[in-house]
Amino acid sequence: MSDTAAAAWKPMNRGQMAERAARDIPEGWCVNLGIGMPTMIADHIPLEREVIVHSENGVLGMGPAPKPEEINPWLINAGKQLVTMRPGGSYSHHADSFAMIRGGHIDLCVLGAFQVAENGDIANWSTSENDSAPAVGGAMDLAAGAKNLWVLMEHTTKSGEAKLVRRCTYPLTAPGAVKRVYTNLAVLDVTPTGFAVVDMVPGMTLADLQKVTDAPLRAAN
Amino acid sequence: MINKLVQTMAEAMDGIRDGSTVLIGGFGAVGQPNQLIDGLIEQGAKDLTVVANNAGTGHVGLARLMELGRVRKIICSFPRSAGSVVFEQLYREGRIELEIVPQGTMAERMRAAGAGVPAFFTATSVGTSLARGKEQREFNGRTYVMEEAIFADVALVEAWEADRWGNLTYRSSGRNFNPVMAMAAKLTIVQTQHVVELGALDPERVVTPGIFVNRVLHVPYGDPPIP
Repeated sequence: MSDTAAAAWKPMNRGQMAERAARDIPEGWCVNLGIGMPTMIADHIPLEREVIVHSENGVLGMGPAPKPEEINPWLINAGKQLVTMRPGGSYSHHADSFAMIRGGHIDLCVLGAFQVAENGDIANWSTSENDSAPAVGGAMDLAAGAKNLWVLMEHTTKSGEAKLVRRCTYPLTAPGAVKRVYTNLAVLDVTPTGFAVVDMVPGMTLADLQKVTDAPLRAAN
Repeated sequence: MINKLVQTMAEAMDGIRDGSTVLIGGFGAVGQPNQLIDGLIEQGAKDLTVVANNAGTGHVGLARLMELGRVRKIICSFPRSAGSVVFEQLYREGRIELEIVPQGTMAERMRAAGAGVPAFFTATSVGTSLARGKEQREFNGRTYVMEEAIFADVALVEAWEADRWGNLTYRSSGRNFNPVMAMAAKLTIVQTQHVVELGALDPERVVTPGIFVNRVLHVPYGDPPIP
């Protein structure tokens, strides 16, 4: 952000972003949390709020990372990290696990992204049409199949380029799929008329946010 | 007497032909039939099409098979990961063909094969580069892309328990692709941590019924490495 005026606002850190998204997940939902920052959301859902966490490698009802004495080397998540199982959890094979996703049984998926467009397009798997060997994993299944798709990402790239754009320039993961975006600066809904800003970090104005956003913004009603 | 247990790796690998399509189970280091992959390396079949979620790491197992020039094509969802050095070099040099498939589509293409379904429609990848050139149809107002089943010659599977009929159980997330791959191949070869007496597995607990399995080799190697 090259704006020289001393900012009256401070971006959220990764933990705060995960916590902000976690706040909006209602009890009873079954959620799939993508690799990276979205995985951290699980740590911010209070235990008394029953949310079922799904990992696409056949783990439903996933719990946090194990204490040393709880380690089961056979139990990993989609990010290949050791995890635990909560009471009520179950295993399935890959086709059934993806049937949960593709059959519309997952209430929410939260993914990271390179770009989100104002029409809900998401690009999160490849940064070029000529990518030598892009890795798609389960991102396209999740983006097309989950009932709700949220994105958790930094508001801009490290070099300050906008990630909330009019049209994605990177190859799409799915068209028109994103419903909500959580960034380190704001929460935005994707609406039929583009991005609507739900809230921003304290001290930030809509004009401040627009400066670091390619797509036009409006305040949510 | 039906007895699918084999005593040696050579028996387990017998008859795998050049040009075969080979499914390899596992997700991460869990549920991966490492000893069977080594057996395939030893057995010598070449010009293989391999279907696996990842494209191997380091210079062992699947990566070794590729490094030896035995894999013509790999079908996978996540070719690039930490340590996938062999694949990346082969791919850069144009010495291996890659078909990138969304993970759920890949699993479903094998389940479909196992169920005798030659193709199906899915919303996954519609509107993306991975749908290019594929038939699309609208059902109930939504667009879907046609995906074809992956009918395989051989599946290499890792189980937790097996009996001589080939009934299988799995361990935690080691289940992953193994049950669908077991269904999709003409010759399904299993390495198992434990061999149990026929009747010892509660029928309620069997995950892969033995009908999908051809050969079982006892490989009690212990736990996968802690990531």
